[in-house]
Amino acid sequence: MAKFEISRRKFLTGASLGASGIMLSGCDAFDSQLSIGSGLRSFLENANGLTYRAQRLLAGRDALAPEFTEADIRQPQRPNGVTAPDDDVYKGLLANNFADWRLEVSGLVEKPLSLSREQLMNMPSRTQITRHDCVEGWSCIAKWTGTPLSLVLDQAVVKPQARYVMFHCLDTIDRSLSGDIKYYGTIDLIDARHPQTILAYGLNGKPLPVENGAPLRARVERQLGYKMPKYLYKIELVDGFANVGGGRGGYWEDNGYDWYGGI
Amino acid sequence: MESVARSQPTAGADPAARKDETLIYRQSRWTRLTHWIWAISLFFMLLSGLQIFNARPQLYIGKQSGFDYNNTIFAIGAENTNAGARGYTEIFGHRFDTTGVLGWSGPAGQETARGFPSWATIPSYYDLGTARVIHFFFAWILTTTLIVWLVASTVNGHLRRDLAPRLDDLRRLPQDIVDHAKLKFHHTREYNTLQKMAYGGVLFVLLPLMIITGLAMSPSMDSVLPFLNDLLGGRQTARTIHFTVMVLLVAFFVVHILMILAAGPINELRSIITGWYRTDPPARDDNSTERSA
Repeated sequence: MAKFEISRRKFLTGASLGASGIMLSGCDAFDSQLSIGSGLRSFLENANGLTYRAQRLLAGRDALAPEFTEADIRQPQRPNGVTAPDDDVYKGLLANNFADWRLEVSGLVEKPLSLSREQLMNMPSRTQITRHDCVEGWSCIAKWTGTPLSLVLDQAVVKPQARYVMFHCLDTIDRSLSGDIKYYGTIDLIDARHPQTILAYGLNGKPLPVENGAPLRARVERQLGYKMPKYLYKIELVDGFANVGGGRGGYWEDNGYDWYGGI
Repeated sequence: MESVARSQPTAGADPAARKDETLIYRQSRWTRLTHWIWAISLFFMLLSGLQIFNARPQLYIGKQSGFDYNNTIFAIGAENTNAGARGYTEIFGHRFDTTGVLGWSGPAGQETARGFPSWATIPSYYDLGTARVIHFFFAWILTTTLIVWLVASTVNGHLRRDLAPRLDDLRRLPQDIVDHAKLKFHHTREYNTLQKMAYGGVLFVLLPLMIITGLAMSPSMDSVLPFLNDLLGGRQTARTIHFTVMVLLVAFFVVHILMILAAGPINELRSIITGWYRTDPPARDDNSTERSA
C-alpha cells in the first residue's frame, strides 16, 4: 500500500511538472500530434463515438428537435459555405430555373429514381420552423418546407445492406490536385428516416434561394449545419465510407470534423 | 479514521516553534485523484474552448444570433484604422483596443485577425474540428470525474464533513474575510467559510452549469431535453452563459493559485498530492499561527 502511494505521488508530481512545462512552452506543443490519423487524435476521437451512442440511446429514433413560431423568424436564413456555386453545370440548371434538374436516387436501392422538382413537390410535404445551428457557434431560426426523405427512400426501396445516405452536391467547395471537390456528406438511416429530415425546396414561404442551396437541400434538424448539404443532385445509399471522399464520411469530416454532428 | 494525527518534528529553522505541528491525513485519495484529473481536463477544455470560440468570437442573448438585428453583447474583432490593423473587444457596446491579445495578434509582422491569441488555444493555429475533438473528449472525462467524486465524497463523508455549510460558517464569515484580506491563514483540518464557498461554488454551481449549458448547445440533446434552452433563455444565451462560467472558472483558478502561494505552497501541494497536511499547533495564541510563507 505504502509503495503504491509513493509511486502515485511520483506520478502526480511528474504529471503536474509536465503540465506546467507544456504551459511554459506554449500551446503549439500539441500541434504535431493532432493531425488526422495520428495515434493521439484517433484516441481522442473515440469520445465522438461515445457521444454518438449516448445521444442515440437518449434521443432514440424519433425525438423531435424543438420547433418555433412565426414570431421567432426575425431575419433571413444566414447562408454559409458556398453561397453562389460557380460550376457551369449548376449555372446552366439555374438559368433554366432548374427545369432540367433531377434528383437521382441510386446505390443500394431496389428501384433507382430520377425525380423532377415538380415530382418532389407533388409528394406529401412537411413544413417546420427550426433553429439552424452552425458548428461555428451561431444559430438562426427559419421555416423550411420539403419532402420527407423517408418517403423518397420508401419509393426507392432501400436494400437491407444499406447503412448510410450519401448526399452528392453540385457546388465546388474545394480544389485539389486531382480536380474540383464537390460537397458531399453522409447521415445514417436513423437520421435519414427521422420525421423532421426533409429535402427542402422552400424557405420562409418562398422557393429556396440560391445562397441557401437551391433547388434542394437537406434538413437534418438534430445535427449541425455542415450535416445538411445544399445544391443536391444525387442521393446514394451506401454501406460504408470506403468510397466516400477520403473515407471519413463527408467533405468536412475529411478535413477533421466529427462525422456525428449532433453536438 | 483517516485523520490519523501524528506528531512529527520538522527539520529546519526554529525547531522549538515547530515541534507541536502535526501532520494529518486531510485529503482522501478520491479527492486528490479527481482534483488532478479536473486540473488536466479544465486546462485542455479551456484552450480548446477558446479555439472553438474563435470560430465565432461573438456572444448573443436569445434563441438565435442577430444578423439583421442586434442582440450581440460581446464581440472580439479586428478593424483597419489609420494606424493599421487593430484588435478590439466590445462588451455591451463599449469598445476597448485589445491589439496584440484579442482580435489582432501574432508574432511581430505576422499578426492575424483572430479572437483569442495563438498561445491561448489548442491547436495554436485555427482548427475548429480538432478543438472540438479535444473539447468533447475532456467533457466526458470531466463529467465522469464529477460523478465519481460526488459518489465517493458522499460515501467517505467528505461532503458532509468538509463541504456542507453550517450555521457556524455564517458566523465566521466576516472574520474569515478579514483574515484572508490580511493573508492570515489558519491551517486546520476544516475548510474555512470562504474555502467552502469557493469549492462548493465550483463543484455544485459552476461545473454543473458548464455541463448543462454545454448540453443545451447540442442540437441532438435539444430533442431529448427541449426544456433546457427554454429554461436558460435560448441556445445563444446558453452559449453566453457557457462562456461566462469559463471566465468565472479562470478567476477561481487565479485566486486558488494565489491563495496556495500565500498559504504555503509546499504544505498545500503536499496535501493535494499525498493527502498529508501540516496543521497549526493546537491551542496556541492566534497571532502565532500567522505564517510567513
